[in-house]
Amino acid sequence: MKRATIKQERLRIWEGWLSVFRTIQRVVREPLGAMGLVLVVAVLISAIGADLWSTHDPNKINVRAAFASPSLEHFLGTDQLGRDIFSRVLVGGQIALKVSLVSIGAALIIGLTLGLIAGFGPKWLDNILMLLFDSVRSFPTVMFALAVVTLFGPSLTTVMVVVVVTQIPIYGRMVRSQTLALKTSEFILTERAMGAGFFRIISLHILPNVIGPLLILASMDIPFVITIEAGLSFLGMGVRPPTPSWGTILNDGYSYIYNTPWPVIAGGLPVVLTTLGFTFLGESLRDAFDPKLRKDS
Amino acid sequence: MNSKNILEIEDLNVEFSTPKGPLKALRNFNLTMSRGAIVGVVGESGCGKSTLINAIIGLLAPNASVTRGRMIFEGADLLRQSKQDLQKIRGQRISMVSQDPMTALNPILSIGDQMVDIQYRSDVSKSKKRDRSIEMLRMVGIPDPSMRFNDYPHQFSGGMRQRIAIAMALQVEPTLLIADEPTTALDATLEVQIIQRLKELQQNIGCSILFISHHLGVIAELCNYVVVMYGGEIVETGSVRDVFHRASHPYTQKLLECDPARIKEVTNTLPTIPGEVPDLVRLPTGCIFADRCQHTVQQCRDSEPELRYITPEHSARCPYSSHLVNR
Amino acid sequence: MSLLQLRDVRVRFRTLSSARAVLEGVADPFVDAVNRVSLEIRQGETFGLIGESGSGKTTLARSIIGLLQPQEGSVRYDGDELIGLSPRAWKKVRRNIGVMFQDPVGSLSPRMSVFSLLSEPFRIHNQVNLDLRSEVSRMLEMVGLSDDFAHRYPHQLSGGQARRVGVARALALKPKLIVADEPTAGLDVSVQGEILNLLNKLQKEFGLTILIITHNLNIVRHVTDRMGIMYFGRMVEQGPTKAIFENPAHPYTLALLSANPEPNPDARIDRIELQGEVPSLLNRPTGCEFHPRCPFSQEDCSTLAPSRQKFSADHDYSCHFPRNIPNL
Repeated sequence: MKRATIKQERLRIWEGWLSVFRTIQRVVREPLGAMGLVLVVAVLISAIGADLWSTHDPNKINVRAAFASPSLEHFLGTDQLGRDIFSRVLVGGQIALKVSLVSIGAALIIGLTLGLIAGFGPKWLDNILMLLFDSVRSFPTVMFALAVVTLFGPSLTTVMVVVVVTQIPIYGRMVRSQTLALKTSEFILTERAMGAGFFRIISLHILPNVIGPLLILASMDIPFVITIEAGLSFLGMGVRPPTPSWGTILNDGYSYIYNTPWPVIAGGLPVVLTTLGFTFLGESLRDAFDPKLRKDS
Repeated sequence: MNSKNILEIEDLNVEFSTPKGPLKALRNFNLTMSRGAIVGVVGESGCGKSTLINAIIGLLAPNASVTRGRMIFEGADLLRQSKQDLQKIRGQRISMVSQDPMTALNPILSIGDQMVDIQYRSDVSKSKKRDRSIEMLRMVGIPDPSMRFNDYPHQFSGGMRQRIAIAMALQVEPTLLIADEPTTALDATLEVQIIQRLKELQQNIGCSILFISHHLGVIAELCNYVVVMYGGEIVETGSVRDVFHRASHPYTQKLLECDPARIKEVTNTLPTIPGEVPDLVRLPTGCIFADRCQHTVQQCRDSEPELRYITPEHSARCPYSSHLVNR
Repeated sequence: MSLLQLRDVRVRFRTLSSARAVLEGVADPFVDAVNRVSLEIRQGETFGLIGESGSGKTTLARSIIGLLQPQEGSVRYDGDELIGLSPRAWKKVRRNIGVMFQDPVGSLSPRMSVFSLLSEPFRIHNQVNLDLRSEVSRMLEMVGLSDDFAHRYPHQLSGGQARRVGVARALALKPKLIVADEPTAGLDVSVQGEILNLLNKLQKEFGLTILIITHNLNIVRHVTDRMGIMYFGRMVEQGPTKAIFENPAHPYTLALLSANPEPNPDARIDRIELQGEVPSLLNRPTGCEFHPRCPFSQEDCSTLAPSRQKFSADHDYSCHFPRNIPNL
């Protein structure tokens, strides 16, 4: 009897991986999906391996080499302090991704959980959570950020806290309305009639059906968060110099655009590519997740 | 073209392009409707009824293409009309009632507004239009129509909404009304009321009706002619009496056999048609029904059967049915 | 032997909050979706619960399977009283009731394979020591589907196939009772027989009791032993199917029976055409609730609600002037 269960478990894990593989296949089949995947993977690789790929110390100042054009020595040239832009962009990518993935990831998990509970749980709990969500949402983001900074001082953590708190209600509401819609569907009624409990229904039957649109929303928020981070860093509420973020690179370069355009290009282009990449990937992931849109069946 | 006929469909073929290949949803479809005729279309899932309707009103999906055929409506080929001309015909000369009345009713406008609105092509006064609408509502059996004129669709029950949809469709006095399973979602007692109203209205207005349904009883009661479809083609055509009493295609016979309303003896084992609807991408050679027919012989699989005429008006696509005809 | 017994079951829904009810002076801010319904289903039989939209049949069915709690009355299943059961106790009862809802494909969780769907009942009730693979194989075979259906997803199934999966799932834990809501809805006529024949075969094999909820009288005639007809929350007639078809008592039953156009163009129909529609629950008619639409209503009908009467030991009805007793 035990042997059978172990075999079954292995089979389930194998089936799980197979379905992931098939999903990736579906994504890659669409041209936009493939492009998105390529871009995202490129951004990820460059960010994760930033220390590996960097050619120089991103903070090393070398005023004599300031405003250099791209060369073999400095792939993207240097900025006003002679720092290698290429290396700064790579490290900036690391920061951008760290901020966005961690904060959106956290907001996603918390928002998903709260949304599921609000939608499927008792009405009084739903009312409390909605009240909470609405209160947080009614706070203007920038003011909220200022308040957090005043309390905790400017830093990367500040940025992340702000993002997490403001995004939770958005994801939560979305998941909640989808959960409410599914609550009365026949397959959920059948599961209840068969004796499935609260947690089983939420995790096995509701979650897989709401996660698709949520992932899209979240993936499209990644570039949005990167932009927020850049903006906050500019206001002095985020990353402090000399730490390079794409936002600060852009802003530095903006002041010296007459000397050299490269910092602006170097700062702006990654943001554009990352935005496109995550957007395309997000959309084709949603299509891949929807079993009804599957053309191979 | 005979001026008595309002619709002549000749050899209509519609294909859908899918990743697996072309799906031949409608093949060799021929139909002639005279003025004032009520023609029923019977068929089960995958028979091509929806494709037929969409082709007539010109609302086929983008991946559909008409590969052959003509549809002459009041003298003009619907397939060769410009978009503007088609729009003029749709909603004026051809109108439609579907299964879900909410596809016709705008939830944010009162029914009165909607009924006056669809008379936009007529240039009588607004109050005259209002009177006409109220009269129409009365004819479909809406109680106190002048009082309910300003109510919204959600304030009516499902049965009422369907009546309003019918009233709207017939208000323009079309030449042809297409009714796509209009009573399928309604309870039996409501269904009979609506069928009764339809009958009366048809006599008053004199329009032709193309009535699609899988409910054999309703077809028998309402229609004069019936077309039986299977797997994208017509398998039998004829007057309602001919087809129901002298079914000449094995599928029609089986369909009638399976209808529990026709089975006199109470039985625990109901008849069925074993097997599945054919794959319309990989069409079998020969007769489309061969796989599920009890009387299949080799010739049925070798070549497509010819249309056989039992009487000039009654035809079936099966050569062997002479010894299979019902008593 | 009685397997399921309902006595005076009442299911009420609140229309106004208590505060508003007081403010607006509404004495009773409830509507009765199910109004004092009693019925009995015997072991091994098939019972048809008939009604149209608004009759309360769906609400009643949901109360039987525990998705709703009746406010009054008693529901006894296999000896146990179901009203007032704790969720834990309900879980145990649920092992003994198989359920099939109306939409064949929609009642299957869209992202689960047939294998997962069929093993759900075992997993829910913690019976994972079984060899699920062979159990699922057995279940598929029982309903006439081949093994490779186990890998399919609901959207890849036809209506008939999805229905069979539903039947297999309902029978997974070998329950005594199956509650089937419109088992033939959405199925082509040529396929309806397959499902009904399947249910019949499995009933004989496993000694099942089946409760079918439907408005399709045609199948009821062939498939049920006894039936009950509901209108506006009340059971208006109940008894052996044969008896009711031959000798209907209640005018509504008569109307339902005549509302079935026969697939015969030459049939002469003595149709009883009901006027109007089912009234809203908020505007309950006085006396007998059917009187505004009843073609045979007389003065008493609008003032006095009829009580349950017996036509024979098995066949009862609620009407002042039943149609099968002349000159009453």
